[in-house]
Amino acid sequence: MTTIIETTGLTKRYRGVTAVNDVSVALSGPGIHGLLGRNGAGKTTLMQLISGQEFATSGEVRVFGESPVENAGVLRRTCFIKESQVYPDGFKGKHVLKTGPWFFEHWNEELAQQLVADFRVPVNRVIKKMSRGQRSALGAVIGIASRAELTLLDEPYAGLDAVARRLFYDHLLADYTEHPRTILLSTHLIDEAAALLERVLVIDAGAIVIDEDADTLRGTATTLAGRATDVDAFASGREVLDRSRLGGLATVTVTGLTDADLAAAAAAGLELSPVSLQQLIVRRTGAPIEIEEAS
Amino acid sequence: MDDGRPIFLQIAARLEDDILAGTMPEESQVPSINEMAAFYRINPATALKGVQRLVDAGVLYKRRGIGMFVATGAQAQLLDERRRAFQEDFLRPVAAQARALGITPARLAELIEKEMEK
Repeated sequence: MTTIIETTGLTKRYRGVTAVNDVSVALSGPGIHGLLGRNGAGKTTLMQLISGQEFATSGEVRVFGESPVENAGVLRRTCFIKESQVYPDGFKGKHVLKTGPWFFEHWNEELAQQLVADFRVPVNRVIKKMSRGQRSALGAVIGIASRAELTLLDEPYAGLDAVARRLFYDHLLADYTEHPRTILLSTHLIDEAAALLERVLVIDAGAIVIDEDADTLRGTATTLAGRATDVDAFASGREVLDRSRLGGLATVTVTGLTDADLAAAAAAGLELSPVSLQQLIVRRTGAPIEIEEAS
Repeated sequence: MDDGRPIFLQIAARLEDDILAGTMPEESQVPSINEMAAFYRINPATALKGVQRLVDAGVLYKRRGIGMFVATGAQAQLLDERRRAFQEDFLRPVAAQARALGITPARLAELIEKEMEK
């Protein structure tokens, strides 16, 4: 499989702040992957480095085998939808859509029109006057209709309501299955997007802390509840992600349990429950990821 | 998808349920990977992994260029597997609970009999 993105020791420092810290990742072949992390973790900066919008302080980034900086050959095949995209003053939705085919060789106009109708994007409105959700929807339309070989979607549904988010997932999946490509999606609505993801990259304080197949990750942790003495006995010597206690009862979240371990825990009278991807990531990154209420 | 189990296992389990229930008869074609991905809103690679599990187990088989089909004998095979797992998955927790509540084996047998007559 061809390598689409490859970074080695990639680091970006702003005055006093290390936004991206020694990141080495490789993504190859088609797939929908997640870049997850708390606000300010470095998701946007990493995407900017990948799309050549920022210069690395040290380390290297290669996209389609080349440096993306000022590289038209790479950028023509890349689509980056930014959360806070700034458009020229007076630009209307339709003006942005018109530029689609200028920048993306695989742009599909029919699909773009379909998406505009489904998302109800007011294309005749000046973008400055659009709501946050409408601006996000416009970005989603461009991101999907670009059919770029590498599509970076940074929080593509900020401000979108539940209906529009579902539309987004359905359209993304449908178009991806027909036109497989590499999609890197950043979000903090982890549970909602989890099932779409093939691989999960978790960034925390600029560093990649998890880089794992989503399915592998999902099975790695279990929450056990029961009498504190039983729970403690079972958890001793294992990697504990989380622990809480209420009187004589305790719950722990542990990793790396085998089927035999699970059977033993059940036999010992402990209650087992699976840990969702979101809970797992929250626990692995040590502090809660901001969880946006579905509006 | 519902629980925290790996999604490919959930996909495999749902296909098994459909085969056991006869909703997907033997030698019938199962939905394509892309159809499953769209229906469950999951990554196609994940759907493929779930299906591959059943192909490896001989429950499904591939016809090149046409699609995937339920193998003859799949229903009996799955029934056999589920029966073998029955004691561990269902009876063991019931027995543990009965013990905790002071229900004797004889009483439990009576209760089960009554329940099954319904």
